[in-house]
Amino acid sequence: MSTADFLRRLPSAALDFQRQENIWTRLHIDLPLLLLLLALTAFGLVVLYSAGGAEFYYVKRQAIFFAMGYVLMFTIAQVNLSFLMRWSWVLYLIGIGLLVAVLFMGVGAKGAQRWLEIGGFRFQPSEVLKIAMPLTIASYLSRRMLPPKFKYIFVSLVIVILPSFLILRQPDLGTSLLIAMSGLIVLFMAGLPWSYIFSALGLVVASAWPAWHFMLHDYQRTRVLTLLNPEADKLGAGWNIIQSKTAIGSGGISGKGWLKGTQSQLDFLPESHTDFIIAVLAEEFGLEGVLCLIGLYVLVLTRGLMIAASSQKTFGRLVAGSITFTLFVYIFVNIGMVSGLLPVVGVPLPFISHGGTSLLTLMMGFGLLMAVATEERRVSLD
Amino acid sequence: MSEQQTLKDHFRETRIFRHRLVFIAVVMLLLLGLLVVRFYNLQVVHYANYVTQSERNRVHVRPLPPTRGLIYDRNGILLADNRPSYTLSVVKERVKSLDETLAVLSEFIEFSENDVEKFHSRLKQRRRPFEAVPLRYRLTPEEIARIAVNEYRLEGVEVEAQLVRHYPLADLYAHTVGYVGRINERELNRFDEDEYQQYSGTYTIGKIGLERQYEKTLLGEVGYENVETNARGRVLRVLEQTPPKPGENLHLYFDSEVQKAGLAALKGRRGAIVALEVETGGVLAMVSSPSYDPNLFVTGISHKDYNRLTQSRDLPLFNRAIQGEYPPGSTVKPMIALSSLYYGILDPHVAIYDPGFYQLDGEERKYRDWKRTGHGRVDMNAAIRESCDTYYYDLAYKTGIDRLYEFGYQFGLGDYTGIDLPSERKGIWPSREWKRNHRGLPWFPGDTLNVGIGQGATLTTPLQLAAMTATLANRGRKVQPRIAQNLVLDIEESNILMDVSDGHWSYIFNAMKEVMHHPRGTAYKVGRNMSFEMAGKSGTAQVVGIAQDAEYESEKLSERNRDHALFVGFAPLDAPKIAVAVIVENGEGGSSEAAPVVRKVIETYLEQEQIRLQGQTLQAQSEQNKSSPVNTSTTAVGEHSVNG
Repeated sequence: MSTADFLRRLPSAALDFQRQENIWTRLHIDLPLLLLLLALTAFGLVVLYSAGGAEFYYVKRQAIFFAMGYVLMFTIAQVNLSFLMRWSWVLYLIGIGLLVAVLFMGVGAKGAQRWLEIGGFRFQPSEVLKIAMPLTIASYLSRRMLPPKFKYIFVSLVIVILPSFLILRQPDLGTSLLIAMSGLIVLFMAGLPWSYIFSALGLVVASAWPAWHFMLHDYQRTRVLTLLNPEADKLGAGWNIIQSKTAIGSGGISGKGWLKGTQSQLDFLPESHTDFIIAVLAEEFGLEGVLCLIGLYVLVLTRGLMIAASSQKTFGRLVAGSITFTLFVYIFVNIGMVSGLLPVVGVPLPFISHGGTSLLTLMMGFGLLMAVATEERRVSLD
Repeated sequence: MSEQQTLKDHFRETRIFRHRLVFIAVVMLLLLGLLVVRFYNLQVVHYANYVTQSERNRVHVRPLPPTRGLIYDRNGILLADNRPSYTLSVVKERVKSLDETLAVLSEFIEFSENDVEKFHSRLKQRRRPFEAVPLRYRLTPEEIARIAVNEYRLEGVEVEAQLVRHYPLADLYAHTVGYVGRINERELNRFDEDEYQQYSGTYTIGKIGLERQYEKTLLGEVGYENVETNARGRVLRVLEQTPPKPGENLHLYFDSEVQKAGLAALKGRRGAIVALEVETGGVLAMVSSPSYDPNLFVTGISHKDYNRLTQSRDLPLFNRAIQGEYPPGSTVKPMIALSSLYYGILDPHVAIYDPGFYQLDGEERKYRDWKRTGHGRVDMNAAIRESCDTYYYDLAYKTGIDRLYEFGYQFGLGDYTGIDLPSERKGIWPSREWKRNHRGLPWFPGDTLNVGIGQGATLTTPLQLAAMTATLANRGRKVQPRIAQNLVLDIEESNILMDVSDGHWSYIFNAMKEVMHHPRGTAYKVGRNMSFEMAGKSGTAQVVGIAQDAEYESEKLSERNRDHALFVGFAPLDAPKIAVAVIVENGEGGSSEAAPVVRKVIETYLEQEQIRLQGQTLQAQSEQNKSSPVNTSTTAVGEHSVNG
């Protein structure tokens, strides 16, 4: 396949669609993306109903969060990109401040301090960084000549490492890596030279051994070891993975039927309504259901990449690209984890897992994506 | 800043960005492809494995224990039933820390060191995975409530409702009905695969008595159910069920009123009673005294109780009726006398002179009569009536050991009666061969004399004596003693023993009647004022040998070395229905100690028969008059009489 062909067709296809300014454009809404998101939302609620023990409790809560999320998405879609570009560093600094606060006055469970409690409302400051990080790096780099020189790369790395380090101290390795990744991908798209990338990879491999022995916490090592050999501790550390693989495998091609998954309904599957929800889907809807979901994700990701590719402004396309890739990473890490390919890290499955804050962050990301798409339409119409 | 922006190369920037985006798209596609391969691998390639595993997670097979068969006496009175009881059990596999759980439990449930010790030893036994191990039995409703309240702290702790064997009459049938107890490791190891399955879900097994003899019948057949459980092992629903088949009930020949009268008559003494229905060989009563409460054993006896029972000198656990071997003494004399008539050795009317001892030709040794002064002139009738030993020395000598052995063996002496109880002993009915094999000595004429009065090496169980008496009462028709009515054993039903003429039977019966009712009869005092005629024979068995010239002096012997008192009898004389043998250990006087017990048993039985006959008559009448709603079955009347 010729890469050049693909490149040339991708933006023009997007442009064809956006010729006339219709109602959706005026509302700053990307209709194909909205339809895909609604489809995922519906799919997610159906699976959540089953995962929540065939009760509406979680579905109701999730529906409320979705409603809030869509409102948030519409709101952010209206924001002017140059405004975001100018003020993103403020959001970044607020995020850093909150992360420092967490270290001193955070609350949490299981030996980790991840939450801030303000007036009875609990939230994770790391969520702020999920949005602030790509915006800040994109904002910083879009004002520089690209590909970036060493100096700008260095500054970008400082911007990435500071919050990642604070989150790592909570400790929350998974989130720390995800946030670092959402910043680094911006640097990558901005044209970080391959020589830097390969040197960095070499360094990571070389430092893996000391990191394993001195930096990882016991529970993190346990997770990795459990992944490598879950059979060793069937009732303890390996239980989650064995049960989720059993749920997935026993679903077969067409599944046991909605609400009929024995692993899910009889509580053999842990965290079935949050991180492990794909196992419920796989058990009850089988491989067909899984392909359906992955198909929807592929369409959303494609739409995200299209928006990024067709954007003419550096800031916009870096933000769109980062948000799309971060979405992919969540999907891949979650599904990979539940199916036993990756270590168990607490990452929710976008649109399907129950959870308020992560959902709102997700929808804010799509708001940004729509803002970028809107900007582009304006540009192309001018 | 503005300088930098003017330096931006938009074309180059966009080209690099798009290249990088394509790279990212390719990476995404590859990784998502990897996920699809992974799911294909799990859901299609290894589908069968995971389905099996998820079914194994979900479906558990649970055994359904059958209800153990009940045991009734002939009047429908329950001798063994099953009562619901709540048991506190622990599933080890679901408990995180056993010690912790026990500590939490001890906050609101009382259990002794002994319970904990037993619990731990049960844990060590071979058992199925996830099988609940009992910790304490017989929870009170309050304790059940306390456990329910604290359930969240007690993962793996279960309260199970079980049917537990119960013996309402307590010590009345301890030796015969026996008891069930927890299956121990030895029994578990002896099980074959089928038995191992049959006992899944059943915690107890018949240990002694009928409970052991009829274990297979009483047990029934185990059932199964497939249940769906959740991850915490809680059963959600039953998917499939094969119901258990309850054990068969046993209906016994026992008459509880007779049994009660017997046990009461032996109260405070060591001894045994066996009463047989002459017609069938059915056991009407079988008492071994002292007795004990079999309920103690059902859920595990405490050390204290167990030591009390095993260390008692009175041996309460020992079933004297079938395991106690005693010299029969003079109780065998009617049978011995009959042998000489049968073989035509003696003319019963020819009397001999008894000087108080007997001497063999050319021997110094004097074989003493129990009456030192002798009985004077005695014929066979008087010899039975007054239990003259000298006459029997002469008779035995003349009849010879081979005939005596042959005849006595036909009456069941020296052999198992074949009663439906485990652990029966067979006693000794000596022969030349027996002495050669067991003592390594030839037979001496003196041995024959001892056999003639039921002494020497002779040993019989009370059951054998009762069976012998029943055979006498039946005029030689031997019946198989048995306890359970409804289970027909593979035996020869009626077996005409020997062609003894009616005259000879009548002669012996008359002599035995005179024991009871002739003024010179040994049991004349006991036989007075009876509403029927009965036949009897007393016996006294030496516990320690008395030297040639020594006197037997009761006062000088310690209580446990005194002679055993025995008595056998049957009634009514003209149409015998019941035959009884009684032994009172160290009771000394067969006629004075044992005979009243025999009389009491026989009287009680005949009264009961009277009531049953009336009941049957009533029933017959009510059947004739079908409009009458009065339900007077035999059973109901029987029960009524017991309660009254």
